[in-house]
Amino acid sequence: MTSTKPEIDSMVGFEDARSVVTQAAGQEPAAAAPATDRAPVFEARDVSVYYSDFRAVTNVDLTINDNEITAFIGPSGCGKSTMLRTFNRMNDLIEGARMVGSLTYHGIDLYSDDVDPVAVRRRIGMVFQKPNPFPKSIYDNIAFGPRLAGTDENMDDIVERSLRGAGLWEEVKDRLKTSALGLSGGQQQRLCIARATAVNPDVLLMDEPCSALDPIATGRIEELMLEMKKDYTIVIVTHNMQQAARVSDRTAFFTAELDPNTDQRTGLLVEYDLTTTIFSQPADERTENYITGRFG
Amino acid sequence: MVAITTELRRQLSVKRSSDRAGLVFRSLLVFSLLIAFAILVAVLLTAVTRAWPILSERPLDFLTSKSSQDPSRAGVWQGIQGSVMLAAITAGVAFPIGIGAAIYLEEYAGDTRFARFTEVVVRNLAGVPSIVYGLLGLAIFVGNLGGLTGGRSVIAGGLTLACLVLPIVIITTQEALRAVPGELAQAGYGIGATQWEVIRSVVLPAAAPGILTGTVLSIARAAGEAAPILVVGALTGVFQTGTMSFLEQMQGFFTALPMQIFAFTKQPSEIWGAHAAGASVAILLVVIALNSVAIYVRARLDRNLRK
Ligand SMILES: Nc1ncnc2c1ncn2[C@@H]1O[C@H](COP(=O)(O)OP(=O)(O)OP(=O)(O)O)[C@@H](O)[C@H]1O
Ligand SMILES: [Mg+2]
Repeated sequence: MTSTKPEIDSMVGFEDARSVVTQAAGQEPAAAAPATDRAPVFEARDVSVYYSDFRAVTNVDLTINDNEITAFIGPSGCGKSTMLRTFNRMNDLIEGARMVGSLTYHGIDLYSDDVDPVAVRRRIGMVFQKPNPFPKSIYDNIAFGPRLAGTDENMDDIVERSLRGAGLWEEVKDRLKTSALGLSGGQQQRLCIARATAVNPDVLLMDEPCSALDPIATGRIEELMLEMKKDYTIVIVTHNMQQAARVSDRTAFFTAELDPNTDQRTGLLVEYDLTTTIFSQPADERTENYITGRFG
Repeated sequence: MVAITTELRRQLSVKRSSDRAGLVFRSLLVFSLLIAFAILVAVLLTAVTRAWPILSERPLDFLTSKSSQDPSRAGVWQGIQGSVMLAAITAGVAFPIGIGAAIYLEEYAGDTRFARFTEVVVRNLAGVPSIVYGLLGLAIFVGNLGGLTGGRSVIAGGLTLACLVLPIVIITTQEALRAVPGELAQAGYGIGATQWEVIRSVVLPAAAPGILTGTVLSIARAAGEAAPILVVGALTGVFQTGTMSFLEQMQGFFTALPMQIFAFTKQPSEIWGAHAAGASVAILLVVIALNSVAIYVRARLDRNLRK
């Protein structure tokens, strides 16, 4: 009876949005605020994304820094996923999708003709909303990427290192050859993170990675992200405000507004700043309304 | 308090909430299943009882003897050989072409006018009666390409059946590919796999069990077809294979189990009825053997995928 108490307490803690937000906001700047001299990984200048004639996101200016966690928040349909997918050219796979504007990755134009989207995706990994392990063994899931890319490293070592990195090794080390589909949802998602890191990427894009998980599994992934930012630059889309407050260094707030000329709802970046600023003194009223739940 | 409990008990009681419509529906479903099962049993029983005079006396001899004018010596060995060869040629030709075409249509073609047109053509071809394919085979594989196939040969017959099952192979493969969740392909691309790598290492393995089941069923179906190979020229009479080489056999006269059944039933004498039934049992065995292989391979694939 008493042993389950702490768990329940911590779950209640997750539910309490205000306290998390104020906690994060109250953190001393040295811990939460990123150094300003971090190198930019992505620089988006005037980026718009179209699906055929429909403009989903418009005129985004945004710089994403090395070894930081950047959160994208905003109401449904405002183009967070669309924007995220431009960073590893996943939108290329959608017929009719195209990007205009300039998007550089370590100073290189990501959308230049001589850039291979496949090579881009090896360096910029992606974790999806729904855990999507291959119907193969745990081992083969992790080995999938390195096998395609070709590697000199011992495959067993890669598998162990990746699973350790995702905090999954202890749980699965005795069943590496069993199907990944036998894992729980939270384990599957950590497997997907391990799979994405197995090819040694430099950036991880995560599109609502915890939305299918319970608070405890969510907590584990958040811890993992905080640990991983030593090695990776992370961009995360989330609908969970507390999560953005807990894990991210910077937050970008998007919203969708009706364009009177086209009569379409187009996503735009309202505000982008340090997470502490966004959650304590947002500059824009729309941001404030959204984070305080007065979004209308 | 007591009143509430009694009322609640009444509301929850099984009789009150029993789902009458559901029960009726379920009985109908069971009934349909029973009918399907009864038909299967009837087919088997008829075949076996009619074939009993032969099955009881010389079951193995009947399966391994060649055709003969003498009812007590006639067997269906050549028919079994012919049917197995036909199935092998059909599978060997229709599987690679059909699966390849389906992969192209599903994964590469996109939503072009050409792709949609092909799609419609394929679906219509699947509905064309088998005898029409027989005429096509007669014109092309026996006629135009007679030099290669040897004319009225098992090669011509196999190619004809391959044309017959090709649309079905394409459609079932397409459906199996479509059933693979898009998230899996996304995962592959997300790790930096090329389109070909995603198809080869993610989509095809996941679709393999479905592809296999559909295609093997189509072969089993084709193995039982009489009309097209009749038109293409399978023999219904007695012939000797004697000491022919493999190529000569492939290009020479041939027969198949459906043809032999047809031939046996045409005989005026009553005695041959048992032979027709015996050959039916033989064809059932061939089909069951084919399906068992498919089920076995599918089970193995499934086990590998989600152990
Ligand atoms: N493949 C697509 N084809 C056409 N339109 C699309 C496609 N994907 C997204 N859109 C549209 O683009 C807009 C932005 O979608 P997106 O998925 O990026 O929003 P989101 O902010 O991620 O929303 P959510 O929070 O619900 O995931 C929406 O209007 C959506 O309908
Ligand atoms: Mg989204």
